Amino acid sequence: MIEVNRKGDVWVYAEQEDEHLSDVSLELCGKARELADRLGVKVGAILAGWNVRELSYRLIAHGVDNVYYVHDTRLEHYRTLPYAKSVCRLIEKHKPQIVLYGATPLGRDLAPRVASYMKAGLTADCTDLDIGDYTDPRTKNVHKDLLLQVRPAFGGNIIATIINFDRWPQMATVREGVMRLGDGDPRRTGQIIEEKVPLDDFDLAVRLIERHREARKVNLKAARIIVAGGGGVGSKDNFKLIHDLAGALGAAVGASRAAVDSGFVSKDHQVGQTGTTVRPALYVACGISGAVQHRAGMEESAKIIAINWDKDAPIFSVAHYGIVGDLNKVIPMMVKAIKERA
Amino acid sequence: MGYDCIVCVKQVPDTANVTGEAMKADGTVNRAALPAIYNPEDLNALEAALEVRDRFGGTVTVIAMGPLAACEVLRESLYRGADRAILVNDRRAAASDTLATSYILSCAVRKIGRYDMVFCGRQAIDGDTAQVGPQLAEKLALPQVTYFEKFVDVAKAVVRVRRNVGNGWEVLEAKLPILLTALDTSNEPRPAAARRVMKAKRCRSSGEVAAQVAAEMPQGTAEQKEAEHAKRLEQLRIKGLLIEQWDLDDLKADLQWCGMAGSPTKVHRVQSIVLTKEGFTRVEATEPAVRKMIHELIEDRTLG
Repeated sequence: MIEVNRKGDVWVYAEQEDEHLSDVSLELCGKARELADRLGVKVGAILAGWNVRELSYRLIAHGVDNVYYVHDTRLEHYRTLPYAKSVCRLIEKHKPQIVLYGATPLGRDLAPRVASYMKAGLTADCTDLDIGDYTDPRTKNVHKDLLLQVRPAFGGNIIATIINFDRWPQMATVREGVMRLGDGDPRRTGQIIEEKVPLDDFDLAVRLIERHREARKVNLKAARIIVAGGGGVGSKDNFKLIHDLAGALGAAVGASRAAVDSGFVSKDHQVGQTGTTVRPALYVACGISGAVQHRAGMEESAKIIAINWDKDAPIFSVAHYGIVGDLNKVIPMMVKAIKERA
Repeated sequence: MGYDCIVCVKQVPDTANVTGEAMKADGTVNRAALPAIYNPEDLNALEAALEVRDRFGGTVTVIAMGPLAACEVLRESLYRGADRAILVNDRRAAASDTLATSYILSCAVRKIGRYDMVFCGRQAIDGDTAQVGPQLAEKLALPQVTYFEKFVDVAKAVVRVRRNVGNGWEVLEAKLPILLTALDTSNEPRPAAARRVMKAKRCRSSGEVAAQVAAEMPQGTAEQKEAEHAKRLEQLRIKGLLIEQWDLDDLKADLQWCGMAGSPTKVHRVQSIVLTKEGFTRVEATEPAVRKMIHELIEDRTLG
């Protein structure tokens, strides 16, 4: 636990794996810059690893003033305990007022461990962050310039704003892609501060035996998001639109039987009764009329967007969002909106 | 030989089936309007523990923190094969955030005393924070293995565990005791066994018995009720049908770390999201409308 400290900096945990910074960390640098400017303090980043000093310059380009670099051969690959120890020691030493983490599998493993040790608050999976005041309804004390942590709760049915005013640092994990990823300014300057954190036997007790990372490949069943095209896409060449949107969303490509039969895409992309049955978080049906055989394979999706010329297409009967219009115009609009992270 | 396993489970409102009635006019959630269920990934945690016991011997103890109604998930755990069930129930634990919850659970685990593995579900569907597992591990000074997939090797006090890290997997080797968090893909939870249901459906906690006695003896004096309560508890104990019930005093918990006082995070405000159950949201084929839709999908966590 550290004391409430209004002069403390705004920190980002810079998540790196295999000498590659995660996008969300860079997104957070931009957001941290904005928050720090409101508070009149600096932006710090914790970078832990082995031989990853070079990454500091990208962090600085994205808005960081001070990179706290913990360089240790035993930190080559992420393991919870030595990383959590490093973060905790640096927080205790430099007393930031805010620490942000990406809500990635790694961030969601690390941040709660740190929060428990620091006896600090942690809000998970924020979709927005702001600075604002809070009046304690019991004591009527006004707490100025707190981190307002906005997150969906209750299965996404409510949006809650969370604060912590008495036990610092204020910490949050932030979902990937909700903050804007800036271009970065390579001319920005900042400091790289090397830090040593002593690690003991307990910290190193868990050994990494084997490690396997895979590039995402097409796997409809496992996909969180699927963009599917149907006969309405019109041609194999035009099916590129479906790939474009899928690329922008990090989605898998699906197809209706009509699209497969017309040779726009191979059969392993087919969704529906004779193809794969899917239930992703989001299904975008483009130019798919929505025959019952297709709907049976996708209607369990949590959210469905349907894009079709024909306002009477049966696909709209299972849709949450319906766009009646030309997919050749609508898809590029969606790609643009996603890239802007509206 | 054998391993003593503790599983921390939670009863949650079924947030996957929220309807309009679940939201009150002031935008808060009406929990009473939602069916209460066994948190799905906690069933995977229980299954993982049961598999360890079935293969190597040992015990499975289940802890749930919550109101008396949470006894339902404890009975469900017994139906599926748990050996012992404990309810942590105390009004002073209400309004605990994840930090206070993990502290209270750590006191309960310490009171149990002997354990080799602690299992939690990765996250509960009412909060989706995935914090209590790692926080409980820290409080107990245990190494944590989140996103458990399977045991690759179990050799006395050293285990090798494969975990799923989203874009791949890794195998970790750790000395027991450890804490693991299970995913919905970790295993296939077994159904309740009819034979166990027959017995365990009569299991009750002290608080449930007290409520029963109060309902059945509306005219009784406090002494009479107390005597009846004590008698019934003794009968349950003899038959092995008692769900143990612990409060914060039993846990010797330090109240400054429990409930509201122990929770650094406070809710500042809450807004409900308009639910479109019937029909669909018509989006015009224009840039602002499409941008608004994408923004909504990010806000409600569909994207990102």
